[in-house]
Amino acid sequence: MSNIPLIDIQQMSYTYPVEKQGKMTAPDKKTLDDINLQVQRGEYVAILGHNGSGKSTLARHCNALLLPDSGQVLVDGRDTRDPASHQYVRDRMGMIFQNPDNQLIATVVEDDVAWGLAIRGIPVQEIRARVDMALRAVNIEHLRLLAPHKLSGGQRQRVAIAGIVALRPLCIIADEATSMLDPQARQELTHVLYELHRDYGLTILHVTHLLEEVIFAQRILVMEQGRIILEETPSSLFADVEKLRALKLVVPDYILLADRLRQAGLAISQSAVTVDALAREIANE
Amino acid sequence: MNEPIIRVRHLSHVYTTGFVGKKALDNVTLEVKQGSCVAIIGLNGSGKSTLIQHFNGLLRPSEGEVWVDGLNVGEKGVDLRQLRQRVGMLFQFPEAQLFEKTVFADVAFGPRRMKLGRREVRRRVLAALDTVGLPPSEYAWRSPFDLSGGQRRRIALAGILAMSPRILILDEPSVGLDGAGRDEFYLYVRRVQQQGVTVLLVSHDMSEVASMADWLFVLADGRLVLQGRPGEVFSEESRLGDWGLIAPSLQVLMAALRKQGIDVPADIQTLDDVYAFLLQQKCGQLPGKAPGS
Repeated sequence: MSNIPLIDIQQMSYTYPVEKQGKMTAPDKKTLDDINLQVQRGEYVAILGHNGSGKSTLARHCNALLLPDSGQVLVDGRDTRDPASHQYVRDRMGMIFQNPDNQLIATVVEDDVAWGLAIRGIPVQEIRARVDMALRAVNIEHLRLLAPHKLSGGQRQRVAIAGIVALRPLCIIADEATSMLDPQARQELTHVLYELHRDYGLTILHVTHLLEEVIFAQRILVMEQGRIILEETPSSLFADVEKLRALKLVVPDYILLADRLRQAGLAISQSAVTVDALAREIANE
Repeated sequence: MNEPIIRVRHLSHVYTTGFVGKKALDNVTLEVKQGSCVAIIGLNGSGKSTLIQHFNGLLRPSEGEVWVDGLNVGEKGVDLRQLRQRVGMLFQFPEAQLFEKTVFADVAFGPRRMKLGRREVRRRVLAALDTVGLPPSEYAWRSPFDLSGGQRRRIALAGILAMSPRILILDEPSVGLDGAGRDEFYLYVRRVQQQGVTVLLVSHDMSEVASMADWLFVLADGRLVLQGRPGEVFSEESRLGDWGLIAPSLQVLMAALRKQGIDVPADIQTLDDVYAFLLQQKCGQLPGKAPGS
């Protein structure tokens, strides 16, 4: 294990290029503006922000899909602006996107999970072992022989994650990976990411606009207008309802309730960020 | 007030594209009371969209009957034009449908097609903009494309209100809006309901449904599997799970409290109710001024 951060971003700025022809004007605002961020190996970091805050753009800099205009992005010590580093970086940073259908290829689940390994020329025995482990890690062993298109959205998203896990990355970047899912599948997927972090030591970068998805994160970065404007733990962030409202986030009802009970003088601790924890504290009060 | 404005009897709908017909709705029977706000919930593919498209004649029943405000949707000669004036439908991301140069012109599009007089069109447009919280003096002559996403969505709503519908159908109305935009949008929908319009809501967002609707219909695989007041429906936690749905966080919290031995009465539903109840339980007092809300 090295001591350098897995992701090291320094004074990084980025603006999406705009066509010069026609009457389109140069954008007056940077998409990302002076970002500084270090993520250590094994951390679970959530990037929270509403539409257009720059959170997905930031995530895409972490596996060299986008390259900074200025400043630098180092992934495991490699500068992403060096084209020779891209394969190295992408082997370490696996990404899952909104729509799982965009990253499923094969007609059988286990083939799909094996795909990334096969094109890297990994021996068959090794592929088998890794596919088994990956399917187990996201709890879809029972689906291994089914066709992906017959699965539900949540199951397909798990197949996509298994395909990434099989590649043994150091980090999984989930870019709004739950936004096309039903509410229950969304909760389950958030938990899958948490388990990959807890049980396999994977670094997780969880990009979302939903507060209820960041409860497992160790650190939450809040983005607005291309900047990281806040860095908090879930408990300190959830305790400040006024701040959440000012950030235009949708605040879950139970968080509002916890806040009001606290203001009314009940001893509800800040660490009650899940429904269960809150229920326990209320009962013991 | 309590007469049903929508009556559905043994409705089935089969999509016949492709080799085999797919039964999207299977023997659905329901009634919607005039002036109420009802919500239809269910997973993707459960038949929600198919159902609401019967209410303004976009789809016709394969079997069964659909009566909307006295019109039989399945009847061959039914006046679709009249039906669609009475039933306003706001699709997902309705702001994408704005196209005129000014807010006024966009909202006026519908009433103009109804061949109303200029004065009446003007009166309706101004009233609709007022209803959705966009004062005409400030907004009527601006381009809709200069406004925020939440404001544009309210303009789309105004465009429907200007046709004076008796029923308003909203398909996932808050998706893509941030917290503040969402609260505002709800506020204006409530205002529409107070004007006597029956509101039908299709939504994934359970806390939205819990706070807005007074009656819920749960669809799963094309069948109506459960209906009732939000409190009744959400107390069926395990059955909801079978259909891939989860109760809103407050309901989950109350279920957890009951497990911890706190006897939360079944009629407690809203955030204010729960707060008042817990305060009384814990402090033995009635709450004074509710802080922070």
